[in-house]
Amino acid sequence: MAKNKLSSSVKAKRITVDIIVHIFLAIVAVVWVLPFVYLIAQSLRGGLNHSNDYSLFFPAQYTINNYIKLFTDTAVLSFPRMFLNTLIISICSCVISTFFVLAVSYCMSRLKWKMRKPYMNMAMVITLFPGFMSMTATYFLLKALGLTEGNMIPLALIICFSSGAGTGFYVMKGYMDTIPKALDEAAYLDGATKWQTFTRITLPLCKPMLVYQIITAFMGPWCDFIFAKLICRTNQQFYTVSIGLYTMLTLERIGNWFTRFCAGAVLVAIPISILFIITQKFYQEAMSGSVKG
Amino acid sequence: MSNQLTKADAARKREKNPTSLLSALKNGGPVVWLSCLVMGLGNIVAGQFIKGLLFLAIEVGVICLLAIPMIPDISGVAHSGIGWIQMLPSLGDRADATVFDENEMVYVTVFGDRSQLILLYGVVFAFIILAFLVIWRASVRSGYQALSNKKSGKKVYTFVEDVKALFDENIHKLLMTPPFVALVVFTIIPLVYMICMAFTNYSEVGDKLNLFDWVGLETFAQLFQSGNVIAKQFWSVLGWTLVWAFFATFLNFFLGTFMAMIINRPTTRIKGFWRTMLSFTIAVPQFISLLIINKMFDDNGILNTMLQSMGGEKIRFLSIATNARIFVIVANLWVGIPYTVMQVTGILKNIPADLYEAARIDGANVVQQFLNITLPYMIFVMTPYIITSFTGNINNFNVIFLLTGGGPFTLEGSAGKTDLLVTWLYRLSVERQQYNLAAVIGIFTFIVLAIVSLVTYRSSGSYKDEEGFK
Repeated sequence: MAKNKLSSSVKAKRITVDIIVHIFLAIVAVVWVLPFVYLIAQSLRGGLNHSNDYSLFFPAQYTINNYIKLFTDTAVLSFPRMFLNTLIISICSCVISTFFVLAVSYCMSRLKWKMRKPYMNMAMVITLFPGFMSMTATYFLLKALGLTEGNMIPLALIICFSSGAGTGFYVMKGYMDTIPKALDEAAYLDGATKWQTFTRITLPLCKPMLVYQIITAFMGPWCDFIFAKLICRTNQQFYTVSIGLYTMLTLERIGNWFTRFCAGAVLVAIPISILFIITQKFYQEAMSGSVKG
Repeated sequence: MSNQLTKADAARKREKNPTSLLSALKNGGPVVWLSCLVMGLGNIVAGQFIKGLLFLAIEVGVICLLAIPMIPDISGVAHSGIGWIQMLPSLGDRADATVFDENEMVYVTVFGDRSQLILLYGVVFAFIILAFLVIWRASVRSGYQALSNKKSGKKVYTFVEDVKALFDENIHKLLMTPPFVALVVFTIIPLVYMICMAFTNYSEVGDKLNLFDWVGLETFAQLFQSGNVIAKQFWSVLGWTLVWAFFATFLNFFLGTFMAMIINRPTTRIKGFWRTMLSFTIAVPQFISLLIINKMFDDNGILNTMLQSMGGEKIRFLSIATNARIFVIVANLWVGIPYTVMQVTGILKNIPADLYEAARIDGANVVQQFLNITLPYMIFVMTPYIITSFTGNINNFNVIFLLTGGGPFTLEGSAGKTDLLVTWLYRLSVERQQYNLAAVIGIFTFIVLAIVSLVTYRSSGSYKDEEGFK
């Protein structure tokens, strides 16, 4: 009887704690999602662009005109153009930087050679320098090479986004370290060259991490707006999406650009978020080990 | 089979005992000595024609680059590589001049030197010479090896075999070259170039944008002069950077761990849903989410207009120094907690359950269990993560730049009240053109980061005792 009573009071206490916890989590979730709700709501805002319209969290009138205008009203800033620019740049830089990362991590993880340790130390020292320090210097260098004018700008952007990939090998190397060395040895005994071992044994085993790497590299140009802005300057025909959106906010006071920024932001955020979720899936898969017993 | 093994053995031997440059010079004989002047000669004599000619072509190419005036400066006069390097000590001294053109009867501007170009090409050619020396050393050694192989009747590798070796025992050369070259050209050379600027007076201040000089440690010294405006800004920015990094890292860590534990409680429902809600801030690009936050908390943003329409007072989140500082730290929680939750969730599951059981038998309550088991374990496992996020926060450009832009600003100097070293560096180099100061700040950021990561990493448990948590 006494025992029963005790357990019921414990139970009651637990239920109260549960309720508090869930209410707390609900509040947290709302706080976390609210800005995105605001973003979507504003992207659908219709009506005239009166300044007091800003005072409403949810717009008085809904419209999809902002989205349509993004694609039709391309006189000042052409969203489709920017989207295409970013797509091309990110595909190219993704291919290059994935190759760089794979090559470096393979050499760091599977091979023994003289400059291995010095290279790793050098890479670490480089990453300790703030990236923005060399940014203007890189710009001067690209300018001297004639890559900051006209049609060369996309090339300059591709270089910027992919050239540093040689230092970003830690995650991939860590993953390759988990692949048993015995597999390589077996391949050598069967007469495979190291290139064959790399392409036919290590690479297929790296698949989950490879997908993670590819998508992460692909997302880079969609999110950076500092480096790209420095290189594109006022050449709007070469703008990437992120510079374009950033510029829209500075144009805000002149037209209905804030709502259009929101619309563009939604259109970029959706694919990037989906890609991000995919990377997480593959990352977790990778973290569970390379070779399963 | 045995053939494969001996071949691999030979390759390994070759890797282990590389003929050093010194022994090549000592034992090489006249052909090797001559190959120091005519690169590739040793290889050609030994029968490796293509390899030898490649070396020779590189030598000819580099010498042309260094000796023949090919790269024009701003006035159109071409200089050779040596010419650019020769201008390095003075960094140029001809100022732009206005000259009367008697044929056209007009004044025309004659461009003078551009110190920035001289410094850039000087650094680039210094690197070209360095790379050339490395190749030169390789060529002498390769020639010596080919010759001595030929003399002792061993196999001299043909070009095809050398290329094949690139896909086998020399694969690291094949794989490392492209990333390394890209790294040197587009990261290391700019970095060295920028570091050089720290020792010049390349700045908008004093109109030194066209012609500037080496000034040694003068810019560094400015930071230590008491009463200097720049020194005052520097120390205040450095102080705030460290305060910011401390709060941003540890608040994120503790609150994130707390959130993760709440979500992972056995009786919490729809765990995946709560995690997904949180992960929105990670998935959406920061320049979108943070810009929206910035717009919402603006002095005339949605939050303040709503407050006012409800009869409240405007809260100036962004335009008062203390408010802005608290605001960025709190807003950073919004960005950072989900990361910690993601990291911590997996680790929490790995804490040995018997630890908790033993604690419960000893009568420890939930708080004691958290303080004595969960937290120490987390800190042990998460130390590398905490260090990376601390250094990441010192460099956290996005959050500050997008939320406050470094502001609010004072009339004195270019540093805003929430500026970190990196955002200040950005403004100095991109907007203010005070490149020398920007470079000095970059170097100091590097020093701070290096010290923080070395000290914390070395004193951390997981470094001293790799065996694991006890």
